[in-house]
Amino acid sequence: MIKTLKYSFYDLARSNWTYLYMLFYLLTALSLLFLSNDLSRVIVSLMNIIIVLTPLIGMMLGTMYYYNTRDFAELLLAQPIQRKSVFLGQYLGLSLSMTLSFLVGLGIPFIIYGVLVSSEVWNFSMLLLVGVLLTLVFAALAFLVAAMFENKIKGFGVAIVVWLSLAVVYDGLFLLAMMLFESYPLENAALGITLLNPIDLSRILIMLKLDISALLGYTGAVFNKFFGTSLGLLVSLGALSLWVLAPLGLFLRVVKHKDF
Amino acid sequence: MIKINNLCKSFGKNHVLKGVDILIPEGNITAVLGPNGSGKTTILKILLGLVKPDKGNVFWKQRITHGDYSYRNKIGYLPQIARFPENLRVRELFSMIQDIRQQPSDLEPLLDAFKLRPLLNDRLRHLSGGTRQKINTVLTFMFDNDLFILDEPTAGLDPVAMIQLREIIARKQKEGKTILFTTHIMSLVQEMAQQIIFLLDGRIYFQGSVQELQKLHGEHNVERAIARILEVNEHEGVLDSVQPTASTL
Repeated sequence: MIKTLKYSFYDLARSNWTYLYMLFYLLTALSLLFLSNDLSRVIVSLMNIIIVLTPLIGMMLGTMYYYNTRDFAELLLAQPIQRKSVFLGQYLGLSLSMTLSFLVGLGIPFIIYGVLVSSEVWNFSMLLLVGVLLTLVFAALAFLVAAMFENKIKGFGVAIVVWLSLAVVYDGLFLLAMMLFESYPLENAALGITLLNPIDLSRILIMLKLDISALLGYTGAVFNKFFGTSLGLLVSLGALSLWVLAPLGLFLRVVKHKDF
Repeated sequence: MIKINNLCKSFGKNHVLKGVDILIPEGNITAVLGPNGSGKTTILKILLGLVKPDKGNVFWKQRITHGDYSYRNKIGYLPQIARFPENLRVRELFSMIQDIRQQPSDLEPLLDAFKLRPLLNDRLRHLSGGTRQKINTVLTFMFDNDLFILDEPTAGLDPVAMIQLREIIARKQKEGKTILFTTHIMSLVQEMAQQIIFLLDGRIYFQGSVQELQKLHGEHNVERAIARILEVNEHEGVLDSVQPTASTL
């Protein structure tokens, strides 16, 4: 596994996509930092970008990478190694390279700005943590989708639909349900539904850490009331970690029984 | 010896293999023949564990291969399509596979044979299809395997490389290795193969030596003998396909 990870990473470390992704975060963070002098505001703006874009890029690069390396994976599978090692290695290689581009892209501008000596250093760390977790979640989802659909066009289509439903449609439906059933006590249902969406979870995680109740939204407020700040942080972090492990486990199950 | 028992495999509604039994003796060159879509590649992939059979077993060296992976350290596989990580260099690809297999390898003479030495520092994505196929061939033969599985090994190779490939195959056989390959080039079969397995519609139509095949249809040329099989079967095939529909009515 370590070996496939290593070479996947070597391969991706020289891919233009990796640098484009890094450059994007570098430029966004730089421009936001120079436009606004309020660090916590920049963090909130960046959060809004990260919770939508990291999933999208993770989904796209993940499916693309899986399809691109499919024929090579066949060659690797004919070697005396386990299937699990091949695919886990590829997944970790991709996640590692995306995580590094993300961390370097955001890290450099903030370090230059002096975030390390400011009071926002922990809020910034939370932003980075959420970005990394979202990368891991959506790369795993992407691999799962790509492994399930042999047809590339279908695979990309489903990947986009998954992203769209979690990033956009989910919120809309959620609000609609809240309006329709406003006369019922919905706190617990809302809590449960929030746990089912990694993007929502990430937003709440950052909001709880930043302690901006005005921006918490309905679910965030319910979350805060139910768990309190510190337990809320732990619960959402745990749920987000499950969101990494579940699709990854499912992906490994799919490839275990798959014909290549 | 490779022993394949009652192998069945379908992809959706497509029944590719319908109960195939094969014996492949050690140290032989065996050619797997058949029209497109007859299940040649599927058999090879089941041997490698890439495709999981619906029914049936594969034994190699008296051991069932299913569910195991360590047996592959004595198999070299040359796939039909050669695609590698785009951004790696040729040299890095070789060291990657060496790193994964952790076995003694004999890379240098193969690099010379296929004239790959000047390309060692090139990125893999810049290489032509034929060159990739050569790299694939080197990857297959650089380890001291007992069994070589070659899926259309001549596809995309230039005549010089083709001669090299034939020499390597002949040399491996002299060393007592087993070679199993698919091809559509009958001159290669006639020249190299000791055993022929002819697949048709997911079943084995013929299994035996080249001489037996020639005798069977009174043709000295393997290509003609194969064409004869296909012609005869096309006529029977029409009847075959009528019968089941009639019975279902």
